[in-house]
Amino acid sequence: MNVTLKVWRQKGPKAPGHFEAYTIEANPEMSFLEALDVINEGLVEKGEEPIAFEHDCREGICGSCGAVVDGRAQGPTERTALCQVHLRTFHEGQKITVEPFRAAAFPIIKDLVVDRSSLDRIIESGGYISVRAGSAPDANNLPIGKAEADYAFDVAACIGCGACVAACPNASAMLFTAAKVTHLGLVPQGQPERDHRVLQMVNTMDDQGFGYCTNHGECSAVCPKGIPQSAIAWLNRDYRRAALRGDDS
Amino acid sequence: MNLDSKAPTGVPIQQAWDIHRRNINVVNPANKRKYTIIVVGTGLAGASASATLAELGYNIEAFSFHDSPRRAHSIAAQGGINAAKNYQNDGDSVWRLFHDTIKGGDFRSRESNVYRLAQVSVDIIDQCVAQGVPFAREYGGLLANRSFGGALVSRTFYARGQTGQQLLLGAYQALAKGISAGKIHVHPRHELLDVIVMDGHAKGIVTRNLVTGAIDAHVADAVVLATGGYGNVFYLSTNAKKSNVTAAFRAYKRGAGFANPCFTQIHPTCIPHTGDYQSKLTLMSESLRNDGRVWVPKKKGDERRPNEIPEGERDYYLERIYPTFGNLVPRDVASRAAKRMCDDGYGVGPTGLGVYLDFKDAIARLGKDVIADRYGNLLEMYQRITDENPYEVPMRIYPAAHYMMGGLWVDYNLMTTIPGLYSIGECNFSDHGANRLGASALMQGLADGYFVLPYTIGDYLAEQKPGSADPNHPAVADAIRTVKTRIEKLLAVGGKRSAAHFHRELGKVLWEKIGMARDREGLEEALTRIPEIRAAFWSDLAVPGTGQDLNLELEKAGRVADFLELAELLARDALTREESCGAHFRLEHQTADHEAKRDDENFSHSAVWEFKGEDSEPERHREPLTFEYVHPSQRSYK
Repeated sequence: MNVTLKVWRQKGPKAPGHFEAYTIEANPEMSFLEALDVINEGLVEKGEEPIAFEHDCREGICGSCGAVVDGRAQGPTERTALCQVHLRTFHEGQKITVEPFRAAAFPIIKDLVVDRSSLDRIIESGGYISVRAGSAPDANNLPIGKAEADYAFDVAACIGCGACVAACPNASAMLFTAAKVTHLGLVPQGQPERDHRVLQMVNTMDDQGFGYCTNHGECSAVCPKGIPQSAIAWLNRDYRRAALRGDDS
Repeated sequence: MNLDSKAPTGVPIQQAWDIHRRNINVVNPANKRKYTIIVVGTGLAGASASATLAELGYNIEAFSFHDSPRRAHSIAAQGGINAAKNYQNDGDSVWRLFHDTIKGGDFRSRESNVYRLAQVSVDIIDQCVAQGVPFAREYGGLLANRSFGGALVSRTFYARGQTGQQLLLGAYQALAKGISAGKIHVHPRHELLDVIVMDGHAKGIVTRNLVTGAIDAHVADAVVLATGGYGNVFYLSTNAKKSNVTAAFRAYKRGAGFANPCFTQIHPTCIPHTGDYQSKLTLMSESLRNDGRVWVPKKKGDERRPNEIPEGERDYYLERIYPTFGNLVPRDVASRAAKRMCDDGYGVGPTGLGVYLDFKDAIARLGKDVIADRYGNLLEMYQRITDENPYEVPMRIYPAAHYMMGGLWVDYNLMTTIPGLYSIGECNFSDHGANRLGASALMQGLADGYFVLPYTIGDYLAEQKPGSADPNHPAVADAIRTVKTRIEKLLAVGGKRSAAHFHRELGKVLWEKIGMARDREGLEEALTRIPEIRAAFWSDLAVPGTGQDLNLELEKAGRVADFLELAELLARDALTREESCGAHFRLEHQTADHEAKRDDENFSHSAVWEFKGEDSEPERHREPLTFEYVHPSQRSYK
């Protein structure tokens, strides 16, 4: 099949960007990133700089890849990271627009590559349970009901790709933050640091330049792991509770 | 080359680790904060080591070529992690896990290390649960288990098909805590390009900042490599695209012994190859073999759709050949059986390189919901990639390169042959022998990082004056020069072909000649072909752009250049190991029923290669293996 990719090219953080169109003869079984590989190999052989894009596992789990494809973060396939989108999703002759994730907290480095380290800062400010190696009790000392365990897994499945931020009209990292707050707040191990965690993580989210959540729900719609909106409700409740009780840690 | 394992001798293996910990040096708690340790890699091994060392008080400089420590390839591990908890009351024990691992590795690993691994396996699960890792649970709230290949007990803990992700996020969060406490400084988007050896000791590394292109030296009191395996030498593998051998290979060139490079695991259940454009192969967890049954049609070249083939015309060949272990034979055995079926003309799918993995009986027995609960996300991923519904049509699978048992040689303390240079996780060669059992990679990475290295590194540091590494030592300038020269050389070739082009060529040679079956003729041919590809690479490589900014082609070219050298070492190792063991299958050495035929008299050793210079052949050394507790026998899973 024949497709044309209109790709955002930008040499560096401060350089102006523009779209460039590449038409390729592709196999419908190819993944979207393999189509970019084909374009890039052609560019390299012509001595031109290839399109810079992030990728690694190509199994939808590492969270490295991601772009806005025809206006949708992570492409047209629901609950799917860009590396797992296949060209059979598109039609013959389709023109496809490919842009980087755009958000104040994700400055562009080059072409489709953005700096998402602001998400790491959020986790560093409290997205963990403090436990020294060697001091843990026997694992089965702490039974957790299957329903809670399953829900904790559902929200813990976040891959940290940042599509939620790119899709949000406010460029908020609410779903990302809520996923971790909910995961750790739901399990008994996470209780001692629960209030401190939610207050710190929400503060850091603001400090890093992410916007506020106004409940558009675009984040869950594009999330490759389908992290539900209920996580945000959980965060809001937990945040208010913690704020009322005061952070004495 | 000194290959003293330093494993305790003359003591019962059950007490060896305790006695060793009592005998080694310990750094005074007040002095730990004076030492700085470089940890390269933030996967399971690297992140867990960084976090634990920081908790102990050491200062950690952690490096990753990813944009975030959480992207390391450990994240992609699907099926589970083994531990001898015996929560299922099915007779598991530390001893049984030790025994299974030694046998699964076909008697080519060090008993003392493997016993220790089995011992600490139970602590890993405790640690991970305390961190909040959402393992699968039963309705009563206790932890669930499943079975994996090569074991007759259910000892694998799991988090649906994303166990690696959840364990890595646990370790990443522990790392994040160390960062917030100011004890860990992470350098993302930095790639190690050389190891600095001062007066015989590893005291630093040279990195390239992947965004600015800056080449910098970093010195410390010790260096830990947790940089993963080299499966991408095959080009098509289940590894992430950026996984590479560069750190380990640079260390090898600086004097670290490289052990058993030919022990390369080909995983039996991956989605088959479809075309030349393909960039990687996707693994389908071994856990699927708990409930899925592997079969091929009894008739050669049967072109009927799988659901049209009646029960009586299907050959469930693993259950037929290996009635005791059935579909849960170890990976090397399952892979070779699939290859043999396809080579004999029974393969399925458009290429004939595939066998069926069928859930029909499991769905009939347990219902679709139970299967979805156990494997839902894996089956979804299969459907996304192949556009076929595995609940209705049997999956098609074929083996692919997956995990490398070979790696940097380490002693019982996990130190390489360079004092002060440690290697942990898949990067080292230690515990899996010639074949790794499923769900044991996560176990080993976390054992090394949480529970072994944090103690053993003190033995070395206690004898070093903290902060004594001199940033003005001539070795620093020399390493920087070496790195810069190499980058300039890569940029200056000015040819017409991308690095991926040469990588694909190399991968084809490896898959055909050094893949699941090897023989002298093929290996000698590979030893001719690999230098030819390498020569073509250095005369026709194209790397557009400069070294002064983000240049993904330059990164790739550097990694492929190292694969082109490693591949030769791999072929040489396979050629000199004149026996079959585990994943290393020499056609000349097989039993009448096509099983691996070991030669314990001549090859009961680890082969450790020493770099002798660019124009000389490497030297092969041996670390003899002795088995006091598990008597070597012909492995049987029948």
